Amino acid sequence: MLPGDIGADRFGGYPPRAKRVALDNLELLRGLPLGFVPLLLGELIALDWAFPAEQREIDAQFAFLHGLPSDQLRPLMAPFAGLRLTPELERVDWVRSPARFSELLTAHLWATGQIDGFRAAAVEYMDKVRATSPPDAPPVPRLAIVVIGCGVTENRYALFRRLRPHGVYFRQVNPAGGWQTLREAVAARAAAHPVPYGHWHIDGGEPQASADPGVACVCWGALAPVRAILLDRVRKAKLAGTGSEALRTMLAEMAPRDLGFPETADPTLARFEANLLTEGSGTQIYSTTFVQWAAREALRRAQPVTLLARFAPRVRELSLGELLSDPRQKPQPDPQGSLIDADMGAYYTWLCQQRLSGAAQTRFLVWFGDRSEALAIAPALHPATVSDEPIGMRELMARCTIL
Amino acid sequence: MVARSRREFLRTAIGACAAAPLSALGPARKTSSPRGRKAVVVTFGGGARDDETFTPEGQENIPHLLTELAPRSTFFSQVINRGILGHYVATASLATGVYETFNNFAAVPPDHPTVFEYFRRDLKRPAFDTWVVAPSNGFNRIGESGNRSYGAGLGAGVILPKRLLAAALSSGSNDGRYDHLLRDNYETPFYAPELGGHEVELNQVGEILKLSVSDFVGHAQSLRSADELSVYIARQLMRQLAPSLLWITLHDIDVAHTGAFSLYIEAIQRADRLCAEIWRMIESDPEYAGRTTLFILPDFGRDGDTDAGGNGFQHHRTGDALSRTTWMLALGAGVRENFVVDRPIGSVDLVPTLGSIFGFSARFAEGNPLAEIT
Repeated sequence: MLPGDIGADRFGGYPPRAKRVALDNLELLRGLPLGFVPLLLGELIALDWAFPAEQREIDAQFAFLHGLPSDQLRPLMAPFAGLRLTPELERVDWVRSPARFSELLTAHLWATGQIDGFRAAAVEYMDKVRATSPPDAPPVPRLAIVVIGCGVTENRYALFRRLRPHGVYFRQVNPAGGWQTLREAVAARAAAHPVPYGHWHIDGGEPQASADPGVACVCWGALAPVRAILLDRVRKAKLAGTGSEALRTMLAEMAPRDLGFPETADPTLARFEANLLTEGSGTQIYSTTFVQWAAREALRRAQPVTLLARFAPRVRELSLGELLSDPRQKPQPDPQGSLIDADMGAYYTWLCQQRLSGAAQTRFLVWFGDRSEALAIAPALHPATVSDEPIGMRELMARCTIL
Repeated sequence: MVARSRREFLRTAIGACAAAPLSALGPARKTSSPRGRKAVVVTFGGGARDDETFTPEGQENIPHLLTELAPRSTFFSQVINRGILGHYVATASLATGVYETFNNFAAVPPDHPTVFEYFRRDLKRPAFDTWVVAPSNGFNRIGESGNRSYGAGLGAGVILPKRLLAAALSSGSNDGRYDHLLRDNYETPFYAPELGGHEVELNQVGEILKLSVSDFVGHAQSLRSADELSVYIARQLMRQLAPSLLWITLHDIDVAHTGAFSLYIEAIQRADRLCAEIWRMIESDPEYAGRTTLFILPDFGRDGDTDAGGNGFQHHRTGDALSRTTWMLALGAGVRENFVVDRPIGSVDLVPTLGSIFGFSARFAEGNPLAEIT
């Protein structure tokens, strides 16, 4: 099927809001190329569970496409229209399963050497959308806090090496009450700036006793039952001979209820958590990967103004010899390896934060939890400097103009 | 920029010569006749980025490559992979000299003749003269292509050490406890390989390598990783059969797909150590010393940190310059030492270069022989 053949009846399986937007834009969709429309529908079909920032972006795309004169729309769509596609791709029911189409299209573009051109066209398209509808400035400078190193007794790894050129390396932080101070700071920002899904706490450990109001919380430990269901489904699928790509499709199509999320769960957050586990690589196995990927996806999708991410030790990878001697031994934590993972994760979190609006005003803090090392990046701080001044967490945050 | 940093680093570290006109190249190491030449190819089926290897920040991870091998090598600072960035299909492309386009996750043979088939057919070499030691599942079809003029019976023997280990263990009282040994493709954490191929079976390997199952399992228990097992098998092959063309694919580095940076770094450090070990195996073996050319190259890179379409070191999905650009070390017979080649070369140039070393025609290959290697 080609876009020109789309009928209104094809959107029967879409959730209500997505269906409405699709039908309102049916004529527009019919005029766009096959190399483009299914990808737009891939975003649209998830609209009802999307974060507000994502919903704004989808709205902006349709507004942009509607507002673009045909003499500008045509050249913008030309790279997509010029893709050499296959009859097999045309036969995919891409209205109902845009994710399946996207998977096949990606493989086809790689195999035919068209992936680079496609990526360039997609980047140009999104740049133009964002230039027309720039993202809103945050109500308060964005803040990301990353806590790393839980459980580490001794460390010889040089921390923050990628971040040091951008901030102040504090080497004498008094850790007393540090974690509590950070949580209070996040809670205070959530109370002062009640933005839906604007404040996040992502935790690689066990669930905290109480969640802070107005803070979206995603926790590795709390998702243990979901991970167990997921891994069991995967194991059964493998035993049934399901191939790699079919498995990916199966995972992509899993809804929160398939994974045991309660009906009462926040549908947007539940969908987000399900996606972390079904689309992420390694998020099902290592808590450090889970936290890094969750922080990345939260920043990319929800565009929060506040993010607190705490890494906890992941399980240690067993050596070949250990696997052979006792393959069912209970996994032990790997605090030192997790510290290195988290150090890189902190860097990636900062990079993701920098891609959001208001980047020049953002504040970033990474703290070697319960230890004396931290690094802060803020407009008021001189980059690539070191401070040996004894300082408490509250004062450090004030110095960064976080409090 | 990336290439320049590599070159500048090498010059600083080892005092390497600048790339010179080809006519100015000095004599290579003395070698025996072309008929006596041997080659060992070591690929990393799990790209290693510059950031963790040849940049100043990454150098601490590759002390052996840096101080032992690089000074004795010709270093190609820009090896560009223009094909599909999936490990099996990319390794197959390295082995055919053509950018293969088959499904990375399918157990299919390459479409074009492999270097092993050119080697055996043109030079009339017996089956035992060329071997592949590769990570398990998926790579079991890499030894010979589906090309009608070559293909069946003309390829290399393929040994998949982890598959062998799993088979050895299941011959005892194992009740499936070791199935995880087969999880060696990290490109998706749920990779479910389609089996079936032409790899050598356990009993054959025992005969070929003069290795009992108990010795094999016993040694495996002393090892850290699958790559160490692969090098152990390669050592046995060299001792027992001394193949003229040996291809070893290391794969531990691909643990990066799990997102654990520390494990990725550990795997690079291990690969660095194993490469030096392979070189010492070559140098200390009279069958190999002085007439063997060793090639070491990742199949491609990994995504850059700043590309919003990727997740840094974890994957190789963006097709950005970092993920397509890697390096190659060549050392031993026919190779000028302490020399840097900064012009871009292609991944597909390896097979024609092996052709010029051995004297076979890689007639379907897309690349060109590297003139710096004779």
